[in-house]
Amino acid sequence: MTRAWRWLIPLAALPVLALLAYGFRVDPREIPSPLVGRPASAFALTTFAGDSLSLEAHRGRVVVLNFWASWCTPACYDEAPVLERGWRAFRDRGVAVVGIDIQDTADAAQKFIRDFNLTFPNAPDPAGKVSIDYGVYGVPETFFIDRAGRIRSKHVGALTDGVFREGVERLLAD
Amino acid sequence: MIPEIGYGALVAALLLALYGTVVAGVGGRTGRAAFVESGQHAALGVFALLTFAFALLTYAFLVFDFSVQYVAANTNRGTPFYYRITAVWGALEGSIILWAWMLSMYTLIVILRHRRHARELYPWVLTVMLSVIAFFLLVMTIPAPPFRRLSPVPADGRGLNPLLEDSGMITHPVALYLGFTGFAVPFAFAMAALITRRVGDAWITTTRRWTIVAWYFLSLGLLIGGWWSYHVLGWGGYWAWDPVENAAFMPWLTGTAFLHSVMIQERRRMLKLWNIALVVLTFSLTLFGTFLTRSGVIASVHAFTQGSIGVFFLAFLAIVVLTALALLALRWDDLRGQGELDAVVSRESMFLLNNVMLVAAAFTVFFGTIFPLLAEATRGVKVSVGAPFFNSVNVPLFLGLIFLMGVGPLIAWRRASFQNLVRNFLWPVIVGIAAAAVFRLLGVASTFAVLALALTVFVVATIAVDFARATRARRRLGERVLPAMGGLLVRHNRRYGGFVIHLGILLVTVGVTGSQAWSVQDELTLRRGESTALAGYRVRFDGLAASEESNHFKVTGTFTVTNGRGRPLVLSPAKKFYPRDQAPIAYVDYRLGLREDVYLVLGDFARDGSQATVKLQVNRLVSWIWLGGVVLTLGTVLAILPERKKAT
Repeated sequence: MTRAWRWLIPLAALPVLALLAYGFRVDPREIPSPLVGRPASAFALTTFAGDSLSLEAHRGRVVVLNFWASWCTPACYDEAPVLERGWRAFRDRGVAVVGIDIQDTADAAQKFIRDFNLTFPNAPDPAGKVSIDYGVYGVPETFFIDRAGRIRSKHVGALTDGVFREGVERLLAD
Repeated sequence: MIPEIGYGALVAALLLALYGTVVAGVGGRTGRAAFVESGQHAALGVFALLTFAFALLTYAFLVFDFSVQYVAANTNRGTPFYYRITAVWGALEGSIILWAWMLSMYTLIVILRHRRHARELYPWVLTVMLSVIAFFLLVMTIPAPPFRRLSPVPADGRGLNPLLEDSGMITHPVALYLGFTGFAVPFAFAMAALITRRVGDAWITTTRRWTIVAWYFLSLGLLIGGWWSYHVLGWGGYWAWDPVENAAFMPWLTGTAFLHSVMIQERRRMLKLWNIALVVLTFSLTLFGTFLTRSGVIASVHAFTQGSIGVFFLAFLAIVVLTALALLALRWDDLRGQGELDAVVSRESMFLLNNVMLVAAAFTVFFGTIFPLLAEATRGVKVSVGAPFFNSVNVPLFLGLIFLMGVGPLIAWRRASFQNLVRNFLWPVIVGIAAAAVFRLLGVASTFAVLALALTVFVVATIAVDFARATRARRRLGERVLPAMGGLLVRHNRRYGGFVIHLGILLVTVGVTGSQAWSVQDELTLRRGESTALAGYRVRFDGLAASEESNHFKVTGTFTVTNGRGRPLVLSPAKKFYPRDQAPIAYVDYRLGLREDVYLVLGDFARDGSQATVKLQVNRLVSWIWLGGVVLTLGTVLAILPERKKAT
């Protein structure tokens, strides 16, 4: 083999590496939720503060429905301030943020709400019925529901300010 | 304070590792001992810091310090003490720190063993080892920090993945990582050999034991993984060709090839280039395995998407592969072998064939594993490659490998004469063919099963022939039978250690063949007091009981199993409900036997305990696989004993 040709050996590895790099662009577990586009199922819960909380009461507003748990680290810890900021920024423009705490204990959940100073309504889902209705696979998951009560998009994993704003603005513009 | 102290220790270790990498390299280049010594001190410091960091993380788990985010994510107050320790490496960040710690421990052993002998190679070995450690430390400081502070501190943690609450989880990852990291040592020596142009046999003989040890731990890791899958996951199998299993299996295949091909280089000065290529491939595949598990690129039951860590691993993999191949190209002229293949029927060519088959198997596994990615990149479709592909491609290759396992160790070097073949193989071939006929007559229907079992008998016969002949030779010198046998094992420990390892692999083969060919199962719903029958067993459903455990709720079914012989057996498979998991976890109950295992999995049940669905399996010969692991262990110990000087 001549001197130049042998340098083809390292080059041979490049296509494989390129293929693996391509892998970052795809997500094998990205499975679209069949609920998107459908009416959001109704629920009636009692918040940690003792108030009643139902989806029906928010008809006519854009609802950001967030499923969380106090043991969900770090994602729920990352997004709790995002939700609170979003709530404060958009509440006057007809947006409701609703938190549903699943598979949790009341003490730990209330500490979470205190620690993050959450002011939007949060309710436990004691029988787990709401999370089953919404097909929640893990926490956190967030559903963006339009004024007519239809689920328009779903976000899996921690929200960022950008995702929150984009999801809400799109529905406000309708 | 723990997050800050731990993070500080890791950053210090990273800086020290980088310093050591450079300074040992300078020492290697200039030949000045002071630099090498300084690199050595850096390596010792890295080991000390990593040991400290690992101990600190373990401590944080033991005291439930939820200010460490990793602790909060992988334990909760209900986690039993024992699993709080295994939880340390129950997820990504902890695995990485364990991994790096093992690498630094191996580096320490390299320093202790080789600093005097392999003088020219040693500084570069240190450089390569430290640079690999530095990479893992970089991962621990940027994309996957085990010591990230969680604020505010939660009242309780999330808890360990319930599937990992099993004793197999203390040994399986540890063995697997010892195997993965162990291949870093032969890799470092190979790189040092290329850099210093000392591509002769020195690096091979120095790393022989390292390779066997790494290979052994990898084998053990795979076997324990199979055992975990068998008795925890409740699907009755031990191997599913899942991408992450494949990721550990590929370096095993190429590592096995390397173990065999080094013998040809030692004996015949051939295959220098091939050996280095194999060791590079094996080490790269261990990195690829981690990339696959942790990047979320390919869907797998084991994989978790973990942010940017995949990018780091891919970049490091690219650096390793490209650097190693470039060095290989640079040293092309030095790597030409001196020996030549004299004849097709010779030990060299059998070993070559063995290598070709092992690498082909590794390639098909690689191809099958990344095919979904390839399909999506080229055709934009999502596909998955399942067991049928892997089985149909690999079974013939493995049968061929078993055949070679019988031929390789006995056939003559250079050129096998007809007499040599007759002398060594006449009886084993006859016995093997007779065995095939007997198995057929006994009603073994599957051709593959007959072949696998007959080949196994053939290989056992070759080993017996060899051992009997060597024993006879010693007896002629006046030794008695048992001392003669013992003496053979001790004096030719490398050869006979290899044979014992082969026997271990054969046991695994029998177990796999038997369980694939003869296992039976049934799934049905029984009312309380009702019985069913399967393969000579009667199973009666006696009732359900509920209990509250420290971190879950458990429903246990009681089943009485009788088979007409011996006392009835009570099995209690259960379902465990963890509050934070949607789906309950099966708790399998079983009775293992040499011939067959009785294996029960509880399915759905009526809340009042009036009826329950049960999956009943009678799995044949599965225990032989685990026995194979024990024999493998004995063989490895024998093979790595220091070689005695032969009595003249």
